Amino acid sequence: MLTFIVRRLLQTIPVIIGVTILTFSLMHLIPGDPAQIMAGESASPEQIELMRERLGLNDPLPIQYFDYLKGIIQGDLGNSIRSGREVSGEIALRLGNTVELAFYSTVLSVFIGLIAGVISAVRRYTFIDTFVMIIALFGLSMPAFWLGLMLIRYVAINSDLFAASGWGTWSQMVLPIITLGTAGAAIIARMTRSSMLEVIDQDYIRTARAKGVKEQVVVYRHALKNALIPVVTVVGLQFGSLLGGAVITESVFAINGIGRLIVDSIRSRDFPIVQGGILVLSVLFVVVNIIVDIAYRYLNKRIDLN
Amino acid sequence: MNEEINNGNALPQTTVNPNVVKMKTFWKKFIRNKPAVIGGALILFFILTALIGPHLVPHSPNVQNLANKLNGPSAEHWFGTDQYGRDIFSRIINGMGITLYVGFFSVTIGLIVGVTLGIISGYYGGKLDAIIMRIMDVLLAFPGILLALAIVSVLGGSLQNVIISVGIFSIPVFARIVRGSTLAVRKLEYIDAVKALGANDFRIIFKHILPNVTSPIIVQATLSIATSILTASGLSFIGMGAQPPMPEWGAMLSDGRNYMYDAGHVAAIPGLAIVVVVLAFNIFGDGLRDALDPKMKN
Amino acid sequence: MTKATDTLIEEPILEIRNLQTSFFTDKFEVKAVDGVNFAVPKGKTLGIVGESGSGKSITSLSILRLIQNPGKVKGGEVIFKGENLLDKTEAQMRQIRGNEISMIFQEPMTSLNPVYTVGQQISESFQIHQKMSKKEAMLRSVEMLKLVGIPSPERRVKQYPHELSGGMRQRVMIAMALACDPELLIADEPTTALDVTIQAQILELMKDLQNRLGMSIIMITHDLGVVAETCDYVAVMYMGKVVEYAAVKDLFKHPKHPYTVGLLNSLPRHDIDLEDEELQVIKGSVPSPADMPKGCRFAPRCPFASEICRERLPDLEESEDGNQIRCWIYTDEWDGEPEVNVNGERTS
Repeated sequence: MLTFIVRRLLQTIPVIIGVTILTFSLMHLIPGDPAQIMAGESASPEQIELMRERLGLNDPLPIQYFDYLKGIIQGDLGNSIRSGREVSGEIALRLGNTVELAFYSTVLSVFIGLIAGVISAVRRYTFIDTFVMIIALFGLSMPAFWLGLMLIRYVAINSDLFAASGWGTWSQMVLPIITLGTAGAAIIARMTRSSMLEVIDQDYIRTARAKGVKEQVVVYRHALKNALIPVVTVVGLQFGSLLGGAVITESVFAINGIGRLIVDSIRSRDFPIVQGGILVLSVLFVVVNIIVDIAYRYLNKRIDLN
Repeated sequence: MNEEINNGNALPQTTVNPNVVKMKTFWKKFIRNKPAVIGGALILFFILTALIGPHLVPHSPNVQNLANKLNGPSAEHWFGTDQYGRDIFSRIINGMGITLYVGFFSVTIGLIVGVTLGIISGYYGGKLDAIIMRIMDVLLAFPGILLALAIVSVLGGSLQNVIISVGIFSIPVFARIVRGSTLAVRKLEYIDAVKALGANDFRIIFKHILPNVTSPIIVQATLSIATSILTASGLSFIGMGAQPPMPEWGAMLSDGRNYMYDAGHVAAIPGLAIVVVVLAFNIFGDGLRDALDPKMKN
Repeated sequence: MTKATDTLIEEPILEIRNLQTSFFTDKFEVKAVDGVNFAVPKGKTLGIVGESGSGKSITSLSILRLIQNPGKVKGGEVIFKGENLLDKTEAQMRQIRGNEISMIFQEPMTSLNPVYTVGQQISESFQIHQKMSKKEAMLRSVEMLKLVGIPSPERRVKQYPHELSGGMRQRVMIAMALACDPELLIADEPTTALDVTIQAQILELMKDLQNRLGMSIIMITHDLGVVAETCDYVAVMYMGKVVEYAAVKDLFKHPKHPYTVGLLNSLPRHDIDLEDEELQVIKGSVPSPADMPKGCRFAPRCPFASEICRERLPDLEESEDGNQIRCWIYTDEWDGEPEVNVNGERTS
């Protein structure tokens, strides 16, 4: 187990380094002079030169990269062009909202997805199955931003229960969570169903029936536990893609999170914030995946997974 | 149990090309899958609409008529008018081409690059494989649409850049599928035999490996078009893609969102259009998967 | 249809009459089991032999009513201890499954649930049928493992299936099946997936347990060697029908049905030296069930088939010795060569 954790951690080092290289390049790939951009459009040539000096843009690229990396390790992600404040502080301020949104949405999608998938599989080829799967297909095909707008337009403004924007109170959180969690619920429902159907045809299910086990017990004790194994592996990925999806949901519901911060900063060409925000979300995603992997391995350590 | 029944079926001893047989059984399975046939027919219909529709619509998509703004659906304006009095139906029909174009081209980019990398990785293995796959890991480490967003932030928001970013975003999926299949095929004994007969790598890849990975690639490509359309319209919605007044559906939605309290259809209709098109590709992709590659999972 | 014989068997624990099980596809019905009759004498072993596709496994699953959609038991009777199992409710069937009639399957590798320990899976039978507590059931599971000859059962009981070898897993399956002391054990190709040496051990174990516990066994196999070793009676099945039913010693000495003869000829024989070491095989292959011959199902492959065989299906008739045979050759209506020596083809 320990060797697994160590190996898993070692595997992510090149990935994290790759991510930092990419975010580092972001700054240098932008058309135009980074110093000019950082100093602002109305800066004088002297100011630009000063900025170039300050950012170390005169150093060779590898040196610049190592300085960048050193900064990251010390928690220094540079300063916002617009406000001049530290990027790390701006992000820290909003990270909680984004993580909360992604987390609750993941919980919702796992909860709904599992129930729907199991119901569908148990009642396979019946009306209920078809119905659930059609709903899931719609959930999968809906743009989250549209779902969000429709919820605001047709639910929030017609009811005092739900607020149309912001984050923090229960009434503000429900609609964004539904918006972000719907696609995930659809994916998990479809996966659970096909996984259950595969398991239900296995020989050991026949063995259980031959033992005189009740059909419900066959489904929930013998089949579901096996069917969940592949589903669990996608929950981590799901959380990650919801972290990314938060960008759009936060824009729709005017939630003060990292996603909206990134989008606003791209608009105002505040690149240090864009760079920092993308880096933080990606590293968070990688870390969550490691945790899920380890937890999964721990839960299944006695089971042969092939 | 099924085995018991099927075992009696001895294969007919014919000399028909196995690929023809495969094609026939695929077609038989596919044609029986009603949702998939509907999905395929819808896609054909959408393509025709995109090609011919703009010439048939009653209004120009960009002509404003402020006296007639934010009207609900009527006989004259089937989908109503927007905040500038433009005919939404004409704009949706004109946007169909944009949506399909974005879907097809971004997936083409992802497919060509992804398949090439996947084959190189799986076929040559070793260090090359390790490097390519680590790069794919890095691309996958960006959650959700963040990678596409990062690329667009560098390239600047335009439809063309959205296509490139979404294309890059879909590279890893193809690379992984193709690498896996290539590895599996490479291990088969007949590849060694073909090699011993003096076939070069190029020939082996094109004659023996590519045909074996076609099914999963086709299925993935269809499903990727659906996701790409969603991602691209999302980028346009947050203002990072197609810019108004282009009748791109995501941009229309973003443009109309401030007026939706007065006229819900301004935001509802472009979104519905996206749902319908994405749904068609998803249904079609599901059907293809069932017919071509039943082992593949979601 | 002739009624299964009473003269041959004094006290059958199970009797199957005209059992019919079909699988339904969109367009047509595949009659996997089509009017099967046989009886299992108490305390004895009946072998059901046939090629794959003959319906032997479907027959066994039909007895316990474990046929899943799109399959269905269409008709007939399954008389177990005087009662027709096909009339029972699902709840009553559950009381019988794993309790009075147990089953073991061909694939020990996949027939055990990978996410539960061996002990949990054996315990389940005790908990369901004997309402034991978890602890009690686990203790009994250890005893069962001991009974089937698994060394250090206290340790094994806590292990997961993947930690055991194929032979061990089949022993676990047997332990599970015998947990509630069933009166009938149905073994569906129990040794097919195992190594030859392990096969012999498992068959030995089953025979030994039968002697000690006194249960009846239905042994489903395609291997006539297994039949010779373990069975008292045999039913030979071909395309959903029983074509010959006989005591084992009769069947091996005087096989009557041309199909049985063909099966025996395809066995490698050690008792005589064949000059050309060549195995005789029944010509052709089993036709698709969707493409059922009109007359006798074996006619297209039978070396003796005549007019009547291709036109009409023969009945299962009982002969003087109490054995049963479904073949026109042994009837008054036979229209082929008058002196057919079915056995003449045999190299003896």
